[in-house]
Amino acid sequence: MSVTTRTPTAESAGPPPPARAHWQHRLAERGVDRHLWLLTPALLFVVLLFLYPFFYGLGLSFQPTEGGPFSDYARFFSDAYQRDTIWTTLGLALPAALLNVVASVPIAYRMRGRFRGKRLVTILLVVPITLGTVLTAQGLLNFLGPTGWFNRVLSGLHLTDEPIRLVHNYWGVFFSLVITGFPFAFLLVLSYLSGIDPTLERAAATLGAGWWQRFRMITLPLLMPGLATTFCLTFVLAFSVFPSAVLVGNPAGETRVISIAAYQAAYEQYDYPYASAIAMIMGLIELVVIAVVLFARTRFYTGSTGGKG
Amino acid sequence: MTAGAKAFSQLRLEGVSRRFGGHDALRDLDLTIEAGEFVALLGPSGCGKSTALNCLAGLLPLTAGSIWQDERRIDTLPPERRGFGMVFQNYALFPHMSVRANIAFGLRMRRLPKDEIRRRTDEAVRLVRLEDHAGKLPGQLSGGQQQRVAIARAVVLEPSLVLMDEPLSNLDAKLRLEMRTEIRRLHQSLGLTTVYVTHDQEEALSLADRLVVLREGRVQQIGSPEELHTRPANWHVADFMGYRNLWTMRVREAADGTVAVELDGLRLVGVPVGPVAPGDEVIVAVRPEDVRVDQAGATTNAVPAQIEVVEYQGRELAAEAVTAAGSRVHLRTDQRVAPGDQVTLSIDPQRLLVFPGDAAATRPADPATAVVEEPGLVG
Repeated sequence: MSVTTRTPTAESAGPPPPARAHWQHRLAERGVDRHLWLLTPALLFVVLLFLYPFFYGLGLSFQPTEGGPFSDYARFFSDAYQRDTIWTTLGLALPAALLNVVASVPIAYRMRGRFRGKRLVTILLVVPITLGTVLTAQGLLNFLGPTGWFNRVLSGLHLTDEPIRLVHNYWGVFFSLVITGFPFAFLLVLSYLSGIDPTLERAAATLGAGWWQRFRMITLPLLMPGLATTFCLTFVLAFSVFPSAVLVGNPAGETRVISIAAYQAAYEQYDYPYASAIAMIMGLIELVVIAVVLFARTRFYTGSTGGKG
Repeated sequence: MTAGAKAFSQLRLEGVSRRFGGHDALRDLDLTIEAGEFVALLGPSGCGKSTALNCLAGLLPLTAGSIWQDERRIDTLPPERRGFGMVFQNYALFPHMSVRANIAFGLRMRRLPKDEIRRRTDEAVRLVRLEDHAGKLPGQLSGGQQQRVAIARAVVLEPSLVLMDEPLSNLDAKLRLEMRTEIRRLHQSLGLTTVYVTHDQEEALSLADRLVVLREGRVQQIGSPEELHTRPANWHVADFMGYRNLWTMRVREAADGTVAVELDGLRLVGVPVGPVAPGDEVIVAVRPEDVRVDQAGATTNAVPAQIEVVEYQGRELAAEAVTAAGSRVHLRTDQRVAPGDQVTLSIDPQRLLVFPGDAAATRPADPATAVVEEPGLVG
């Protein structure tokens, strides 16, 4: 096309070589910026501290001390004592993550506007993050233990004859997961909620929707993708539970979670390939749950919600 | 469409006030709106016009006063029970619902039969000419189309009152003119009582039957577009209604109907608006289009001046001139003037309005105005 419009003199001199854009412009067109080298430290960090150990463990899991490459995986699934740790862990992590998300919604919904003392309430709700699992476990033992305040109050009021067992079993670990997981869920849900334009609910109100209809038809559908993401994150946190399963749980019995199985393989039997195989299974299960949740998430509207979040 | 079930003949606002902290966002608004009327609340940002609209909609509780729909008191009702339609500045369309679902939302909330919802939604979609876009999500529409959805969503309920909060301020100039005509057309064909909030005086003048000018939470003037255009009640309203020339001058003599004013040897004659007495400091207001250039035979209010800045505006030129005494004069003319030209400006004394200055205007009023103007209380 351009040749036909070219002047005769230019044509006689032969078509000039197409002007090559500067290499920086060409890279920029493909989304590569020369400032990207600033990412190198972060990249190095990821490679050294995540990718290398991960692939090392993956390789190790296929080199069992005896048998073929998959024999450690087979060993895990054929042993009911080991296999059941999956269900034990899921039985703790799924309800705990669900409760964290579900409980965050009404509290965050109430707190999304501005009000006096909001900062104080937020701090109180978020403080457990800073405590750490061990301190939480200590508190649970003191508070919920057989001679803790909770049981002393109950027996003092003659509501119970003997202390209710709430630690060193399933409930101890469950409470610990809720206490440490809730602040994360709450902060995430609060930020997702403040990303939803409050005028939408006002518009719904002027159209005749009561508060429950406004929540169910406007806010909740717009919040669902955020809730799915929050669920995934709190689930992952809860699934790798280890300290509280030992400290406030019953690590030999009903709270023998999968990370304990991996720990025992590695540091009691010194069978690193087997421990690696268990760790890989653990990761795989997490991925399956996350994939299911994220697939369900695509069924909701995930575009802009008009807010400032 | 017919009028809604809860049609009224009169909506009365009595002493409606709203305070935020120690700051009066709206103070003692008294207004009676007749059915079918198009009322515009007009004023600069922060004047309380949006506060007034939100109070009407029920999105903001009043701190004093009451709102009556005929003999029914409505200011204590939540927004969902007032049955007013509202169009928001940012449209506030539900992003996860199609255009059709957005428009049908209010009808569904009223639990109307399915086929009636379908019929009325279709009708509203046709009314705003969005037939080709009914299945799309709001995010896929242009600004003007989103605005039409917002309007359709509000009017499909045939509300007894439609509230519009600066609905055109997010549109570009061309679209704004088109939508203005559209809103006027809808109002004429549906006859819905409308309260419209805007800071654009041209928009208010062209749309409304009646205008309410607010400033710092107080009503400055209520009147027809023509009244506001030709006879602003005070210089703040004049400033807002396009009297770009505002000069602080001193009264020389005041006879009935005319007043002579002076500043640095410049002497002018005009019409007093409000009480003025010799020696008073006054504000003199003139529209740029009322300043004539080199008018033959003009003797009163003739001022020599030099043209300084000229803006081309199609049929006319907008220019800024400086008098010998240094006063700046904004004018519009169809004569081809150029920067540096020496001209004689003249102003018809009937078009030169002389307002009492602020010190005089606030003298008889209560001291609350001074409180409002204190810096640091806003917001």
